[in-house]
Amino acid sequence: MKKTLKGSRKVRVIPGFGLTMGITVTMLSTLIIIPLASVLLYSLRLSPKEFFELISEPNVVSAFATSISCALIAAFINSVFGLMLAWVLVRYDFFGKRILDGLIELPFALPTAVAGITLSKMYSNTGFPGGFLSGMGLDVSYTHIGIVVALVFVGIPFTVRSVQPVLETLDSQYEEAAYILGASRIKTFFKVIFPELFPSLLTGFSLALARGIGEYGSVIYISGNSAKNGTQVVSYVIMQKLERLDYSSATAIALVMLIISFVIMFAINIIQIRRSRRVNAV
Amino acid sequence: MDYSDKNKTFSRKITKYILITVSVLFIAIMLVLPLVSVIINSLKEGIAFYFKSLSTNYVTSALGVTVMATLISVGVNTFFGIVASWLLTRFEFRGKNTLSTLIDIPFSISPVIAGLAFIMTFGRLGWASPVIDWINSTFGTDIQIVFALPGVVLATIFVTFPFISREVVPVLNSVGHDEEEAAALMGAKGFKIFRKVTFPHIKWALLYGIILCTARALGEFGAVNALSKTRGQTFTLPLEIDALYMSGSADSITASFAVSSLLVVIAVAVLVARNIVEYRAKKDN
Amino acid sequence: MYVELKNINKYYGKFKASDDVSFGIEKGKLVALLGPSGSGKTTILRMIAGLENPDSGEIYIDGKLVNNIPASKRGIGFVFQSYALFRYMTVFDNIAFGLEVKKTPKKQIKERVNELIELVGLSGMEKRYPNQLSGGQRQRVAFARALAPEPNLLLLDEPFAAIDAKVRAELRAWLSDMIHKVGITSIFVTHDQDEAVDVADNIIVTNEGRIEQQGTPQEIYKNPKTPFVAEFIGTSAKYENYGILKGFSNQEKINGALIRPEFVEVFKSDNANIESYLKYADDGIVESVTFRGNSVELLIDVKGLKLTALRSLERRKIEVGEKVKVLVYRLYAFDEKGVKIIENSELAGKETVKL
Repeated sequence: MKKTLKGSRKVRVIPGFGLTMGITVTMLSTLIIIPLASVLLYSLRLSPKEFFELISEPNVVSAFATSISCALIAAFINSVFGLMLAWVLVRYDFFGKRILDGLIELPFALPTAVAGITLSKMYSNTGFPGGFLSGMGLDVSYTHIGIVVALVFVGIPFTVRSVQPVLETLDSQYEEAAYILGASRIKTFFKVIFPELFPSLLTGFSLALARGIGEYGSVIYISGNSAKNGTQVVSYVIMQKLERLDYSSATAIALVMLIISFVIMFAINIIQIRRSRRVNAV
Repeated sequence: MDYSDKNKTFSRKITKYILITVSVLFIAIMLVLPLVSVIINSLKEGIAFYFKSLSTNYVTSALGVTVMATLISVGVNTFFGIVASWLLTRFEFRGKNTLSTLIDIPFSISPVIAGLAFIMTFGRLGWASPVIDWINSTFGTDIQIVFALPGVVLATIFVTFPFISREVVPVLNSVGHDEEEAAALMGAKGFKIFRKVTFPHIKWALLYGIILCTARALGEFGAVNALSKTRGQTFTLPLEIDALYMSGSADSITASFAVSSLLVVIAVAVLVARNIVEYRAKKDN
Repeated sequence: MYVELKNINKYYGKFKASDDVSFGIEKGKLVALLGPSGSGKTTILRMIAGLENPDSGEIYIDGKLVNNIPASKRGIGFVFQSYALFRYMTVFDNIAFGLEVKKTPKKQIKERVNELIELVGLSGMEKRYPNQLSGGQRQRVAFARALAPEPNLLLLDEPFAAIDAKVRAELRAWLSDMIHKVGITSIFVTHDQDEAVDVADNIIVTNEGRIEQQGTPQEIYKNPKTPFVAEFIGTSAKYENYGILKGFSNQEKINGALIRPEFVEVFKSDNANIESYLKYADDGIVESVTFRGNSVELLIDVKGLKLTALRSLERRKIEVGEKVKVLVYRLYAFDEKGVKIIENSELAGKETVKL
């Protein structure tokens, strides 16, 4: 941060500061901030007691538990597979690598509702691999496992694409050096490579987690949305409250979700600031 | 010595093939299978049924709404993305990090909350509702936002808001602002600098962002779901898919997969376009 | 004075980048702002250009106060350290840009650009893009681009930093020729004293945001006014106990002395004329001999002082461990206030020993 004494004006040689600042702030406010603030404004009308009553309804608490736990599990699975996929895509050459690489973004490109209905169909008793799995006694559709499957689907690009660029810039001389020094390959990986990748993996994890907790379209078909089985996710509950015109509940739940999102985003920011500090220090 | 070295290369190769196999299997089962499954399900009742389900009034109306919402939000967000990227990379100012975090908000919150946000702003309980009523009664207009097309458009803009700037900002940061400074020193005006100096650097990133933004806008479901209630009027394709699927009959489920197959084709096209753009961008450098 | 700075102060936060900076530059001169990194030289250049504003003080160009005149209206040409060539424009378009902005007629632009391309020796490369040029060619384009709108003042930020050591010397000569040919008043920033001495008519030495000394390369070299300049220019080593050398005595208030290699003469002990120097030469033992391309660098222990000397390859060879006679002609003694030259008192009035 540059601070100027004596109120001297800062020179901005490149034109357009005022204009771009004006447009950016205006559009950001009207399209994003003000609508979100309206949610906050409305939920502030509730007394703390009302607020806590609304968010401690059994099905709301259960939905939060489902969303958070399934998103955590899915983000963890995505971290493992994301790391592996990134590794395979960066370090190995094989036939079809480009196609594999290109497919990673599919969950970004495929509408969530389409993913939702097809996953639900695939993992139902009549689909493949759902029929096969339920033959083995493993029901996926309409269970928590189904929710995790859907969240793994939507979350995988986040972890792969967070780790991949870092792995690309990681000089292989670095690990070769460790290897020549006599470290075993497993040791090299965990002592040299993994610590380098960890911040980006954590970023990918957090992004997948944030997305998973709020996910709606891809989840609601495969989950079955049963209050009894505890397969309702938070987004579904908000939508249900909206449909019943129960705005107080909807905003109260949304506020909690917003807080969770902000905490995760804040965490991501801290990870990234730390990383850039460390990189700059080297 | 020789023996153990051979052993090491061997175990390296084994690891490599195991990792590649697992990766390919993961992608095949998790990502490719769903695509195939959509196509198979959509053709269950034959080709004739497939085309019939694509040509209902509901579907054509939904396609129209989707295209309109997508075009408007891509336009708005492209404009915003360019302006915001210029601001965030060409100037130093206090609060820059905060601003950039705020722009990224739509990434990390549930789309359903985006829908809720517009309902709480423009809906009957929203603070802006009297303003709109006043406008309507004063000017004799009939503007509706929530549960009407403007709401659908606003929701789509909301969820795709950061897409362009997220692609352009890193490129502009890595290019640096020497060239713009040099041009400005020679007295060039902002728009000329952008057109002649900056734009060639960002054209691929911009196109890439537009492609992603288009894909997301076409497929947006949660936010639009909260704001759109009239099938055949304000429904987008994903909402139409939902309506068909939830109606429960075997025929309509097949029809919903038929409509889905349209979006699958678009998704694949997006992936291909993305890869071409990435390839061209690399070649350009 | 064509360019004049009066009492310029500039802070970045708590860091004082310019501390009461004042100097003037005559029209048509090529001036170097020389100093270590962080000494404030680039800040000065950027303030003259209008890329930064001083917190206080006045900047005049051609007698006009320019503090409130935006950079683009100051009539300056600026060559960036990275050159900042427009990567998506050809050589021709790069050079033409400044003229286009001024809405110069097409025909005139073409004439002027071709003239400049000829001048900088890039004929035939008009259609190339910057990434198809070598470092030296890029610098030529940057130079031509800065000159195209016919500025009155040319500013160059570390113009040789991005160039290979090999081509650097050649480009230095080229740039200095070019600037004198065009006759434009020019200021360039550098941290390399050889570069400044080679190219500039005048050198301004900066340190910790202050101007240490301004003068011709010769003046700066021969008569450093401050301890910093004495130490920064040329190679030298610092000695506190210089008084033990023959012909010198420790004086009051003097903190130490700087001795440059070229002030030190070394004789083999079997030199035919050795008798005549014994009065003012010390005994020394050679500790190391390093080949320096065109000379040999000797490190000699003289009564505990480690002196460095250069010796021509044409003279007789000296080995490590050899006992030699060492003569110091002069040294720079400094106190808090400044520097003074002290000549070897035994040599006073005599011609420098010629061998």
